[in-house]
Amino acid sequence: MSEDLSAIFSLVSMAILFGSLLGYAAIKFATEDDPVAEQIDALLPQTQCGQCGHPGCRPYAEAVANDEDEINKCIPGGEDTIHAMADLLGKEFIPLDADESDVIDTPVVAYIREDECIGCTKCIQACPMDAILGAAKQMHTVIVDECTGCDLCVEPCPVDCIDIIPEKQTQQTWVWTQPNGPGVSPGEMIPVRNIA
Amino acid sequence: MSRRIWDIPGGIHPAENKQQSLQSGIIAANIPTELIIPIQQHIGAPGKPCVEVGDNVLKGQVIAGANGFVSVPTHAPTSGEVTAIESRPVQHPSQIDGLCIVIKTDGDDQWVNHSAINDYQSQERSYIIDAIRQAGIAGMGGAGFPSAIKLGIRPDTKIEQLLLNSAECEPYITADDSLIQERADEVIAGLKIMQWLVQPQETLIGIEDNKPNAIAALKQATADSNIEVVVVPTKYPSGGEKQLIYLLTGKEVASGGLPSDVGVICQNTGTAYAINRAIHYGEPLISRITTVTGDAITNKGNYEVLLGTPVSTLLSQADAKFDKTSRLIMGGPMMGFSIHNAAVPIVKVTNCLLAPTKKEIPEPDAEQACIRCGSCTQVCPAGLLPQQLYWFSKSNELEKAQHFNLADCIECGACSFVCPSNIPLVQYYRFSKGQIRKQEAETKKADQARERFEFRQARLEKEDREKEEKRKARAEAAAKKQAAKKAATAENTAASESGSTVSAGTESTGNTATTKLKSTWASATKRWKDAEKALKVAEKNGNDHIDALQKKVGQLKAKADNAKSLYDEAKLANAENADSSSSTSNLTTPITPEQPITPQQPATPPTNDPMQVLKQASADDFNTWKAAQQKVQEAEATPSDGVDIELLRKVEAEAKEKSVASKTAMKEARAKEKEAMQAKKAVEDPTKQLKLDAAITRTKAKKALKALESLGEDHASYGALKTAYEKAHTAAENAELALKAAEEA
Repeated sequence: MSEDLSAIFSLVSMAILFGSLLGYAAIKFATEDDPVAEQIDALLPQTQCGQCGHPGCRPYAEAVANDEDEINKCIPGGEDTIHAMADLLGKEFIPLDADESDVIDTPVVAYIREDECIGCTKCIQACPMDAILGAAKQMHTVIVDECTGCDLCVEPCPVDCIDIIPEKQTQQTWVWTQPNGPGVSPGEMIPVRNIA
Repeated sequence: MSRRIWDIPGGIHPAENKQQSLQSGIIAANIPTELIIPIQQHIGAPGKPCVEVGDNVLKGQVIAGANGFVSVPTHAPTSGEVTAIESRPVQHPSQIDGLCIVIKTDGDDQWVNHSAINDYQSQERSYIIDAIRQAGIAGMGGAGFPSAIKLGIRPDTKIEQLLLNSAECEPYITADDSLIQERADEVIAGLKIMQWLVQPQETLIGIEDNKPNAIAALKQATADSNIEVVVVPTKYPSGGEKQLIYLLTGKEVASGGLPSDVGVICQNTGTAYAINRAIHYGEPLISRITTVTGDAITNKGNYEVLLGTPVSTLLSQADAKFDKTSRLIMGGPMMGFSIHNAAVPIVKVTNCLLAPTKKEIPEPDAEQACIRCGSCTQVCPAGLLPQQLYWFSKSNELEKAQHFNLADCIECGACSFVCPSNIPLVQYYRFSKGQIRKQEAETKKADQARERFEFRQARLEKEDREKEEKRKARAEAAAKKQAAKKAATAENTAASESGSTVSAGTESTGNTATTKLKSTWASATKRWKDAEKALKVAEKNGNDHIDALQKKVGQLKAKADNAKSLYDEAKLANAENADSSSSTSNLTTPITPEQPITPQQPATPPTNDPMQVLKQASADDFNTWKAAQQKVQEAEATPSDGVDIELLRKVEAEAKEKSVASKTAMKEARAKEKEAMQAKKAVEDPTKQLKLDAAITRTKAKKALKALESLGEDHASYGALKTAYEKAHTAAENAELALKAAEEA
């Protein structure tokens, strides 16, 4: 009998101890943000373009984390992002939800034709990146390094002086292309195969 | 006892083809008419041009300064004039132009002031390292890493071995070989400077056994020093930095690590020579030895060429048969790349220029499927699994490729060399490496974008909050002002009434209904008084709608009386119910039919405009009627003992009548007023117009007179002006007359 009692007593006291420990930890180490949304957000390209139907990348990440939206809405991210999200969330890959024409492969940036700019500041207000520089009645210009090419500045421009152009390739951004695969000569770029 | 040589895994033995370029000694290359000097010839940040177009520069003068830590300056290779700073084709497999400083040489080859550092051992080490940096020396074996950074080790790092890489394992290239054969003393002098700088326990020179002349020269030059020449068996790629370190010391540099992590520093032969020139002669790096070879070249050999010399110039001097060559390769046949433009300049890392014939290096055969023979794995000097990396690169599985240590691939090309299926493996790896780099850049950019976006959001929120706070403060201030105004008005009203009837005592003790009634009465009285005042004003002015006003005043008086009686009644009832519960007293309130009038009107400020008064009265009456109507409806819907529906109905009917009457009165008054206004306008207008005309003509006449006075009588246009003036004068007089007549009328 006393053995039973001691067993019960020890179990109950352990339960109380660990319960309070866990409870304390839950309060002390609580995360403010949704860690899943955070992880998804890290996979998104952060163009803040809104093409997914959400006002920015973070809201879309939260919607995906809460199962309110599909993982195939991010057009700038493309298939790579869908694959990454599918891996993260353990979901099946689904093709991108966009017309072919909407998908741009190459990185793009906004370009303001400065002699046509009337200095209305509308694009400055539209830019989610603060990547457009200018003041009222002064010509505006795009800070290329900060521009994500989201094209949110194009629509508000009253004189249509903003173009979305492919980012200029430099020696630093250039990368080798993938060889064409079997059946095609690799070309002359790398000579190594040809010496005997 | 001879030193132990470790053996690297893998490796290949391609045809050496080194003899062709060793037939003669080092040949001095001609100074071209134009030098094209890229500002980026090294790994790291491109230099910053510090000369301008049109400047005359001397040999050895700095033309582009170092831009950051991992960067070195660039010097003018000879004297001449800067003719352009622009994008030109440069040594890059992408064929993307790079910024170059173009110098038109003057042929004088005149040096800038420069001096050797005598007795470098008495100087600070950092001073010598800085001198090496300022001389623009970057690794001349091919990678172009700034040498000063390699040598500028932290004081706590202990360097056990200093290696001089003279292996030169790639086929065709003999630049280091010929340099050692001819200038071994100078190479060793450079090595000794480095030895002094890093204080290694031992200093070794690694050289392949296929260069007997160079080995002999080195042995002779190092005879009375503690530098040891270590001959290693010929095998490609024993000249790779990590490979040579392993060969000579048995130490493996960890993946992603630096040789200095294992206590080793490895420098190229050309670099040692350049350091010697920089310290002992004060000459910056402005020329190098480049092997020009290949079957399409007649005068094969090693050329000492100024940096920036176009490939085409060098090839012409070497008498290349351009029609015979299939392509131009910069660097060796294993690790170099094809260039498509002979205008590309020779730079600090160009150790070889290969112009093979089509027979020598033919078009590559078509790639075939991988048969998983595993030959590539056997030859990989880095111990990787090239076949697996190939599959991952092919299917874009970058993460897996990274797990298989793609980053440790030195791109030596041994795997491609042995592949029976002609697979351009190195290109696959370069592709994957590029993709990984691109992804990293994108992630970095995304992070930056996220930070900017979040900052912007925070800023906008803050702005909104501030705006909201300001708005609130403004609203509060306005409300306070309003309240103060209201209080003032209420006081006034109270003062005007207190004399007539009610004592302050009842006011404070009476319940809300009575108070409301009181205020109703007060406002009714006030409106009546206002109307009376307006009537008086109207009478004084002899206005037309006095009748209507009189009628209105009567009505308002009746209303005020009514309100007063109601109030008195309520006060009485209140006194009776004083003992009963508050709920009953609440019930009694709805009896008073005039009660709903209360919320309708705050006391209007007295106005003298009869029209305004009428309008106000009409609106009040309408509201009263509507309220009464509502009351009746309410009472009908919920009959209760305390409510006398009949009384309510009667009140409602009265209110309706009143409202209609006041509306008609107002309408009439408005019509009359309109008429009066129009008539008045008709009288006023012509006078006004005439006045204006008169003023204008007068000014014109004055101007004409002034103009007339300023001219002499003999002036040609005097006559014409005078006529004009007379005309204007007459017009002015006429206008004034007309005005007078109108005013009298």
